[in-house]
Amino acid sequence: MRIRPKFQLLDKPLLERILDEAFQLIEDPGVRVAPYVFELLRGAGITVKDGVAHIPEALARRLLDLVPRGFCLYGRHGRPAVRYGGDDVHFDPGSSCLNILDPETQQPRPAQSADLVRLVQVADMLPQFAAQSTAMVCNDVPQEIGDWYRLLLVLWYSEKPVVTGAFSASSLHTLLDLLAIESGGREALRQHPRAIFDVCPSPPLNWSEFASQNLVDLARAGVPAEIVSMPLAGATAPVTLAGSIVQHAAECISGIVIHQLAQPGSPIVWGGAPAIFDMRTGKTPMGAIETAMLDVGCAEVGKFLGLPTHAYMVAGDGRVIDAQVEMESGMSTVLGALAGINMISGAGMLDFLACHSTEKLVIDAEAIASAQRLVEGVEASADSLAVAMFAQAGLQGDFLKLKETRALFRKEQHFPSSIIDRGFSSMDGSSPDILQRARQRIEELLSAYERHPLPPEREREMIAFAQREAKESGLDGLPEILRPEYAHEPGLL
Amino acid sequence: MPDEKFSAMRQSIVDGAPDTASGLAQQAVSSGIAPIDAINEGFVLGMHDVGEQFARGQMYLPDMMASAEAMRAAMAVLDPELKKLGTERPMAGIVVLGTTKGDIHEIGKILVGTLLTAHGFRVHDLGVDVAGEKFAAKAKELNADIVGVSALLTTTMRNQKSVIEAMELAGLRPQVKIMVGGAPVTRRWADEIGADGYAKDAMSAVDLARQLMAQKTNATVAEPV
Repeated sequence: MRIRPKFQLLDKPLLERILDEAFQLIEDPGVRVAPYVFELLRGAGITVKDGVAHIPEALARRLLDLVPRGFCLYGRHGRPAVRYGGDDVHFDPGSSCLNILDPETQQPRPAQSADLVRLVQVADMLPQFAAQSTAMVCNDVPQEIGDWYRLLLVLWYSEKPVVTGAFSASSLHTLLDLLAIESGGREALRQHPRAIFDVCPSPPLNWSEFASQNLVDLARAGVPAEIVSMPLAGATAPVTLAGSIVQHAAECISGIVIHQLAQPGSPIVWGGAPAIFDMRTGKTPMGAIETAMLDVGCAEVGKFLGLPTHAYMVAGDGRVIDAQVEMESGMSTVLGALAGINMISGAGMLDFLACHSTEKLVIDAEAIASAQRLVEGVEASADSLAVAMFAQAGLQGDFLKLKETRALFRKEQHFPSSIIDRGFSSMDGSSPDILQRARQRIEELLSAYERHPLPPEREREMIAFAQREAKESGLDGLPEILRPEYAHEPGLL
Repeated sequence: MPDEKFSAMRQSIVDGAPDTASGLAQQAVSSGIAPIDAINEGFVLGMHDVGEQFARGQMYLPDMMASAEAMRAAMAVLDPELKKLGTERPMAGIVVLGTTKGDIHEIGKILVGTLLTAHGFRVHDLGVDVAGEKFAAKAKELNADIVGVSALLTTTMRNQKSVIEAMELAGLRPQVKIMVGGAPVTRRWADEIGADGYAKDAMSAVDLARQLMAQKTNATVAEPV
């Protein structure tokens, strides 16, 4: 028997009050929505006046009931790799970062395609990450194709599912086309989705044209959507944690209403990246304990409704890899895992989500592994907990020799990588610091990394598609896939 | 006695008390204190205190917003009195503010606008999702000294560059200073896109705006007529 530990921030009466107020908010003052969904909402009997939808609770509850309680994302091999729903916990790297801590100088600089590829290859090798993310905006790629190009690189270098997102209403379809090529068609993508798309309402209570359209189009494509509601407590949301959790719930419920009206039963996740607003600096600290409390509280509301959940954690706010950043990241990793949040994004990120770091990613992976061990809980044997072993070892206490010790220690203990200093001496007697250990770990992972190519015909189709799209935006070649001199010769892959 | 009144005015700003500030401004007018003295020897000193206390970490953003509101309440009484006398408060500069195209976040921009106004700038806020051409048109119309461009998202931050390009296209770049800010914005980014300055928070934006005005004044003086 195994007892799984859980962390519960809110109790049932408070969860009911939060939902009660969220339902009040979506009716009055209502939710700002875009013209793209006016008719869809009106068709369901929702009053839309001056761009504001007034959603009745009864209708919202009916639509919430239609949301799938669980679904899977699939690896390229066709097997489920991420299970949304229940208390399953998965992690993926943080996403859409403009800057990277340079591996050599450890100074922030604009991210390039090569940085994304390096991070994707490292994440591919780490079992702690069930999914990839389109982690960076590549500055060597034109802005207008930035969103799908990131996805292309991730699909090219990893078989894991992807947490991604579009930068505009129209580019969503390019990303979906790319995924469909990789999956072998739109229907195959719908049956075995390889990616989930983050869609963000604007706080407070506003579904912009872009976000509304993404919700509708994803629902109709049958590709999972993940709502990333971002109340900033005290700035764009009530200052109290409970008040911000209410706003988060109202934004999620209204998003689900739009999504389920577009296509009932399409998969969607109750997610977010809430944060407190620091009243001294105006920053939004992702590593603050109150931000973690918001994440957990918001997820608890989603779980109370029986829905799949997501949160943005495992990120720190310092500008370099230091004790602060890792303390913050470690704390929220543990809390997120104990809360049973299905997908926890944010690993590798620092400086208020302004910077990514592959070195931090591999350190965070150790915190994640520890958190994963934690939620496995304590195994309690039905026969005997200790007495049977004492019967053999006696008061001499030589437990190291017991066959049970040898049989069970690997299950009982998690063995971290060499990033964690457990007093294991290095061959040359040196004591590398955490950054050096992270760099060594990355080198090990990269040297063991092996790319798994797609079937040749799909690979060719993806390249042809990417070249066509890239050419339209004036990009010569496909950075990190094809060098410019070979760009027009698809035979040379 | 006026000294006591001036210090009460100053304190009303520090306390963030709009009703008190407004009442003290009215008392100043009825007791014959020159409006410009009430401003410069009373209320403005309060805003200076607020800036200093904020910089020391002794005041927080909601306190500062309340102080700015108190300043606005006092000026609502004193500005018309200045006009009656045929004068107006010396203006620190004209600023056009907005959030970039594609971005609808404005909390930072509102903070900057509030504090600039409290520190004597005339601020025109274009709102959110503003195209570069719109910044340029408004800057031209108002003969602005400074254009401030905010962006919250990594994806919309790049549109700050479009604002600079639109300003160049409109031929306004030599006379209008451009400052940028927002969560993902860095000094390096500001340099890269050719902005004149970057401010990490609302209070530094006020200091930056003052520096840019000083640069403008010096440049004007240095230019051959």
